[in-house]
Order: sequence, then structure tokens, then C-alpha cells
Amino acid sequence: MIEINNIQKTFEDKTVLHGISAVFEKGKTNMIIGASGTGKSVLLKTIVGLIEPDEGEVLYNGRNFYDANRDEQKKIRREIGMLFQGSALFDSLSVEKNVMFPLDMLSRMSKSEKEDRVQFCLKRVGLAGSEKKMPSEISGGMKKRVGIARAIVMKSQYLFCDEPNSGLDPNTAIIIDNLIQEITKEYDLTTVIVSHDMNSMMEIGEYILFMHEGKKVWEGSNDDVTDAESPILQKFIFSNKLMRKYKQ
Amino acid sequence: MKSLGKYMIFLGKLISNREPFRVYLKLFFDECILIGINSLTIVVLVSVFIGAVMCLQTAFNLVSPIIPRYVISQVVRDIALLEVAPTFTAIVFAGKVGSNIAGGLGTMKITEQVDALEVMGINSASYLVLPKVLAGMFMYPILVTIAGFLAITGGYIAGVVSGVVTPEEYIYGIRADFMEFSVSFALLKAFVFSFLITSISAYKGYYTEGGALEVGASSTKAVTNSCIAVLVADFFIAQFLV
Ligand SMILES: Nc1ncnc2c1ncn2[C@@H]1O[C@H](COP(=O)(O)OP(=O)(O)O)[C@@H](O)[C@H]1O
Ligand SMILES: [Mg+2]
Repeated sequence: MIEINNIQKTFEDKTVLHGISAVFEKGKTNMIIGASGTGKSVLLKTIVGLIEPDEGEVLYNGRNFYDANRDEQKKIRREIGMLFQGSALFDSLSVEKNVMFPLDMLSRMSKSEKEDRVQFCLKRVGLAGSEKKMPSEISGGMKKRVGIARAIVMKSQYLFCDEPNSGLDPNTAIIIDNLIQEITKEYDLTTVIVSHDMNSMMEIGEYILFMHEGKKVWEGSNDDVTDAESPILQKFIFSNKLMRKYKQ
Repeated sequence: MKSLGKYMIFLGKLISNREPFRVYLKLFFDECILIGINSLTIVVLVSVFIGAVMCLQTAFNLVSPIIPRYVISQVVRDIALLEVAPTFTAIVFAGKVGSNIAGGLGTMKITEQVDALEVMGINSASYLVLPKVLAGMFMYPILVTIAGFLAITGGYIAGVVSGVVTPEEYIYGIRADFMEFSVSFALLKAFVFSFLITSISAYKGYYTEGGALEVGASSTKAVTNSCIAVLVADFFIAQFLV
């Protein structure tokens, strides 16, 4: 479980996050939803410790990340896996080496143990057979799969995804969303997904934190999101024709 | 001034909270090979030609019959060791290796590869940059040595082929009044310049924000800033000499 309390962040004179609190539960696909530029990525980065918030706290199973000393922070980081918006694969390394990278750097496993673990993860995300390919040779959807494999290879407990289906066709997007949800259930992860994609939200949003201009506007699940009273959320959901038709 | 402070903090980041030694070792060798491959051809070409041109120019300017011909190679030797090998090569090195470092790091930054390292709890600055700086400081003196040798050789070839100086005169000139100090001086410069070029370029690349356009801009800035730093440092080191 991850708990965030009153997260605030200002860049120079621009306040991007106005005190956001939420609880992301274990075994659930938690989503941070909102239009582009509302501060979703900044919020995610404050949670994983890439951007230090000006105020507020982030608790990983009760452990306060920003109060922790360096060793404790390192320990928490080892439990974190992250899928980046552009996948952020290391472009000088093959698919296999990308997935092995965290093990090489952070684990004391033997070579064969590492290879087994990498094989297992690649197979899990449906990439067996592409081990030797370079990131530049594979499609966007495959890159996301490699990113997911790299994020879970350390047996992380927390999985973060920034726009996991950006740049993918709708069909592949749903497949990737479902893969993330399956993995969350399978390994009982605390998963936090940032997205501006309404489809994803409806598909896998077990907990939804809806943001607008750096503020939390609504929270709930995909079962009751269509009934939400917030006009901003209504506008967001019913922005396309398909959804407007569904409403009628 | 503000960016000088930021640069100093960046240098501090390289050596604090390092990763285990074994991690750097492999990266260091990879970088050495990369730097060598990247810059050897151009350094060879530039130093041979500059050496050749220096020899002919000096010969052309030494018209007085009282000056012995071997002075030509003495001049070539001194300029080659003191300026061409360490400083001129530094400019070439900045253009090749510096822009490569800045471009590579800039790309990693904007595609969030740097963030990916940080999330894993790896000190990205140290992991990515320290091996490059150390490899640069290891390889550059070797390149300078090669450049010095080749500039003198270039002068020899041009001088002998064009007939402005005989092989015996040229060799005699190279050995006449030779100060070993100029070699240590060239190597001192090599260490300072390679540190400046690699660290400034890495700094520029590492703090790239934005997109592909900004990566290009960082690369260009890396080259200009490291060239300026090299020339300023060259001046101060020359002061120190007199
Ligand atoms: N490092 C930064 N420095 C200054 N402003 C930033 C920085 N990162 C993000 N911002 C600003 O914060 C706002 C929210 O950005 P972001 O979180 O990326 O939006 P999104 O919700 O689309 O992910 C944007 O206006 C952006 O310009
Ligand atoms: Mg974003």
C-alpha cells in the first residue's frame, strides 16, 4: 500500500501540485487520470522519488520515503519497478540485457539464475524469442513489454506506469493495459498508472484519482465513474461521440 | 556564475555515493575503446597535416642563409609538443568526443533513461559520467602522444619530400636543445584538457531538458564551452610556464 499526503510542488513560480492525498491499495490497478499538463507525471515522479515535493509525505507500507536515510531509500527503491512513457529502454543494450540490467546492478544472483529470471519475465510479457533484438528494432508495443519485464524482474512490490499505452494503437493499448492488470493480480503488486486515456480508465481503473490543474477533483472506481457529479470529470469522460451515445 | 556552481555540484555528484568498483571497470574499458575509435582517425589526419604545413611554413619564413636548416625541425618539434599535440588536438577532441558525450547523455536524459537509472536507486550522474571522464583522461594523453609524434613525422615527410631540409638536418634539429620538460608539460595539459572537455560536455548533456532540438543545442554548447575552457586553461598553464 502506498499513501500520499498533501503533496505540493511548485516550479519557480508555477504551482503544479496543490496538496494531493490518496491511498493506493495493494493488488489493485490504481490510476491517476487527467488531461495533459495537469501534473500527473510530476505527481508520479514525486511518489517514486525523482522529484522531491515541497511539502507532503509519501508512505510505502508506512515507511516515509522522504524521511528515510539513503540506505532505507535504496531499499525502498529496490521494491519499485517503473514503466516509463517512452519505455526508456537503454538503447545500447539488447532486450535481454535491458531486462537483466537491474539484476546485474542490484542483485547478487549467479549468471544462470539471472538468465532464468530474465527468461521467465520475457516469457511472461510475451516476448520469448526477441532476446537478442535491440530496442531500435522493435515496435512500440514490444518496447512497453520489455519495459514491464524490466520493471518486474526484481520481484518489485510496487509498479508504476506513466502513460503505458501512449503511442499505441487502441487494440495494443488494451492488451498492454490488461497485461499490467494481470501482472498486478498475479504478484499482488501495488500498481499506480498515470493515464489520460479514457479507455484505459474504464478498462482497468479499479481506483481512480481524477486530477485537474494540480488538484484532486474526484476519486472512486470505474464502476461509478460515469455517475460522478463533477462537471470536469463528466466533460472528460463524455468528450467523445462513442461515450455520448452510450450515455443516451 | 550560477552555472559554474551547478557544474561544481555536478562534479561532486560524480564521486559521492558511487556504485561498486566492478561496475565502473567494464564501463571504463568500453568507453576507452569508444573514445579511441571515435577520435583516432581524425587526430592522425589533423596532426600529420598540421606537422607538414608547419614544416613548410617555417622553411618558407626562414630565408636567411645564416640560420641553419635544422632550426626548421626544432620549431616544428616545439610547436608540435607544446601546442599542436595537446591544444589543437583538444579542439578536435572536443568536436568529436565532447559532442558525442553530450549528445548521448542528452538523449538518455530526454528519453527518461536517466530517470530509469535513478528509480533503480543508481546514482545516474556517477554511473554514466565518471567512466567517460576517467576514460577520457586515460585515452587523451595517449592520443596527444600519438599526435605529437605524428606532427613531427608529418613535418619530416613534407620537409624531405619537398627538399627544404635533409633527413639528417631534420633529425639533428629534433634532438638539438631538447627539453624533456616539454613532454611532461604536454602531458599535464593533456590531463587538464581532457578533464575539462569530458566533464563540461557531460554536464551539458546531463542537464538537457526538452526534445531532439535541445539535444542538438546541448551538443553544440558542449563543444563551444569546452573549447573556451581549454583555451583559457591553456593560457593559464602557459603563464605558469614563464
Ligand atoms: N522540471 C520541471 N520544471 C518546470 N516545470 C515543469 C517540470 N516538469 C513539469 N513541469 C510543468 O508541470 C506541468 C505538469 O506537467 P506534467 O506532470 O508532465 O503533466 P501531465 O499531466 O501531462 O503528465 C506542466 O505545465 C509542465 O510544464
Ligand atoms: Mg505526463
